[in-house]
Amino acid sequence: MNNINLTIDHIEVSVQPETTLLEAAKKLKIKIPTLCYHEDLCVAGNCRVCVVEQVGADRLLPSCATPVSEGMEILTNSLKVRNARKSVIDLLVSEHRADCTRCYKSEGCELQHLSSEYLIGEDSFIDLVPLKEYTIDYFSPSIIKDDSKCIRCQRCVRTCDQLQDIGALTVAYKGEEMKVSSFFEKPMYEVVCTNCGQCVNRCPTGALIERNYIDEVWTAINNPKKHLVVQTAPAVRVALGEALGMEAGLVVTGKMVAALRRLGFDSVLDTDFTADLTIIEEGNELLQRLKGALVDKNPDVNLPMTTSCSPGWIKYIEHMYPEMLPNVSTAKSPQQMFGALVKTYYANKIKVEPENIVSVSVMPCTAKKYEANRPEMHASGYKDVDLVLTTRELAKMIQQAGIDFEALENEEFDSFMGTSSGAAVIFGATGGVMEAALRTAYEVVTGREVPFDGLNITPVRGMEEVKEATIKIEDTLPEWSFLEGAELKTCVAHGLANAKKVMDKVRSGEASYHFIEVMACPGGCLGGGGQPIPTNAEIRAQRSKAIYEEDAGKPIRKSHDNPEVIKLYEEFLKEPLGHKSHELLHTSYVERNRY
Amino acid sequence: MTEMKNLVKSLADNYGRYHESLLPILQGVVEKKRFLSEEAMVEVAREIDISAAHVFGTASFYSFLNTSPMGEYVVRVCKTITCMMHGKNLIIQELEKQLKIKLGETSHDGKFTLLETNCLGQCHKGPAMLINDTPYTNLTPDKVRDIIQSLKQNDLVSNAATQVN
Repeated sequence: MNNINLTIDHIEVSVQPETTLLEAAKKLKIKIPTLCYHEDLCVAGNCRVCVVEQVGADRLLPSCATPVSEGMEILTNSLKVRNARKSVIDLLVSEHRADCTRCYKSEGCELQHLSSEYLIGEDSFIDLVPLKEYTIDYFSPSIIKDDSKCIRCQRCVRTCDQLQDIGALTVAYKGEEMKVSSFFEKPMYEVVCTNCGQCVNRCPTGALIERNYIDEVWTAINNPKKHLVVQTAPAVRVALGEALGMEAGLVVTGKMVAALRRLGFDSVLDTDFTADLTIIEEGNELLQRLKGALVDKNPDVNLPMTTSCSPGWIKYIEHMYPEMLPNVSTAKSPQQMFGALVKTYYANKIKVEPENIVSVSVMPCTAKKYEANRPEMHASGYKDVDLVLTTRELAKMIQQAGIDFEALENEEFDSFMGTSSGAAVIFGATGGVMEAALRTAYEVVTGREVPFDGLNITPVRGMEEVKEATIKIEDTLPEWSFLEGAELKTCVAHGLANAKKVMDKVRSGEASYHFIEVMACPGGCLGGGGQPIPTNAEIRAQRSKAIYEEDAGKPIRKSHDNPEVIKLYEEFLKEPLGHKSHELLHTSYVERNRY
Repeated sequence: MTEMKNLVKSLADNYGRYHESLLPILQGVVEKKRFLSEEAMVEVAREIDISAAHVFGTASFYSFLNTSPMGEYVVRVCKTITCMMHGKNLIIQELEKQLKIKLGETSHDGKFTLLETNCLGQCHKGPAMLINDTPYTNLTPDKVRDIIQSLKQNDLVSNAATQVN
């Protein structure tokens, strides 16, 4: 098709048909302000802040929702446009509880930026906030929903619908009473919300934020009786820098470790260690299930097996596919395995009473906060993980402590439980758990490394919605001869809307797999609900690149080669899926109401 | 199966299980039950496989899809500007007096609910109100008294008739 020619601010531009005016302007590096628009979501066109003028036309056009047409003359900064935008922003502010200096979102608020950019004064429209009754929902351990700050752009509603296919949020009522609401305005913890936090990542204001535990962590750090243990998830180290003014896609592991020590954590450890452990447990569970199904012909063995590291995915399947819960690996997530070990094995090793340990985790995730609060997560006899911080909260603490993050010298994790393999690092990207599991399972079965160049199992990498890969198993070791010639069928999905597609196919019998990896968030944990804001495909690709670089640079690439994991089995766990493992590292799930 | 499940199922059999079946199904439930309970919305969501929140979103958008229990007679007084100019407030005062409830409430016997509504399209004959599906126009406080009394009377008569039978 022929390109469309038009001018924007008197500059000629030629673009593909169907391009929007907003995209055409972006091509010319002209920035048009937006609020309801988000690159990851469909166009809503409801906020009207992106209006532009078409020369000769009376009405302004929403640039996010208007496709280009031949010969258009567009002005993005005429007086008419400026005045219209100013009124739009002013009206939004008049309905927004603008307590900006006290707001958790504060400098991250897109409305505040625009208000400041367009010089919205104090004496404009009447402040409507005192005249209305707003609900603030503080009851979820993960997410706070504050309707008084909502500008009804509906990014959250579209996120929950399109990216996650859940629909926990909707637009309810109409006119001046219109609001973003859950089912019957119930608190978020009572409805189908998976706590994934993707809405938090996309909310332009402070209407949806993570529940933060920063003060609780500072209090614990300053309690001399307490031994503070911190674990950091794989995806945190490739994104933390962004929240501290660095560019996307930098690995800041060493600086992060240094900063955590400076903050006052006594043991700075690595969730990657238990990611390796997860692979050993989960990989063996998969092999055991395969044996049960193929050799013992046990009808109670459920295949395909799905991963269980993503707490958003777990809550999703509990709500949406409760009949498939037996297919979920019983292995806990790395965070909870870590928590269970910290207050048992590790406490014993460092000679500290478990009740004096405060176990903190830093996660790219808001659902991890909920996971840590699940009643069954007390395997150690104590709450296994006491406090969960997101990447954003850690960045905030580093700022509060006055640390110049970029200037920090790299430091190493403490040992024990600080060593990890490259296989653990890639847990942070979609397909990573699958790749890590295959690196180990293939070797267990055949005694040889996976037949991929440099151990890089590229078919399960990348940002495609659903990835499938089949691995042929040949020349097995004698005890695995029943797998000789078998084709291990795997599937990887990220984002719950994609997970739904896969699960529907599995349920209907249209697809048959042995092993399915699901991560609740787009891109996997690197796009998690606790990661620095903003997020878009480009930023996620940068983080992903960083993760695979970190993997490639690790001296150990396979989970079963992690010397600390090997030692943990020798000293404590004895064998994968053994008695101790079942006690500490495995869990069960509950059926939840779909509505 | 519960009664609600059966009702929703039969409505879905009738209207289909598509997104566009949602409104007629909800209307059908309101016709039978006078309002949409939480249970009803969950059943509808399950039946046509959409999120319960979206069912609630749709239901709460439409004034005539009640989301809380309603009386046998739902009185909706037009609140828009023409009826307002023609003395809507006095009509409401009289209704409150007669029904012994405030705007937005339902009488203790579950007979009457008093609401305001947007324009009924009777501006030339304001003030106007709607009781269930019947419009009443050119209202005066006297007229309102008569209408309410006759509804109450009707009930007494029909109750008496039931008792005799």
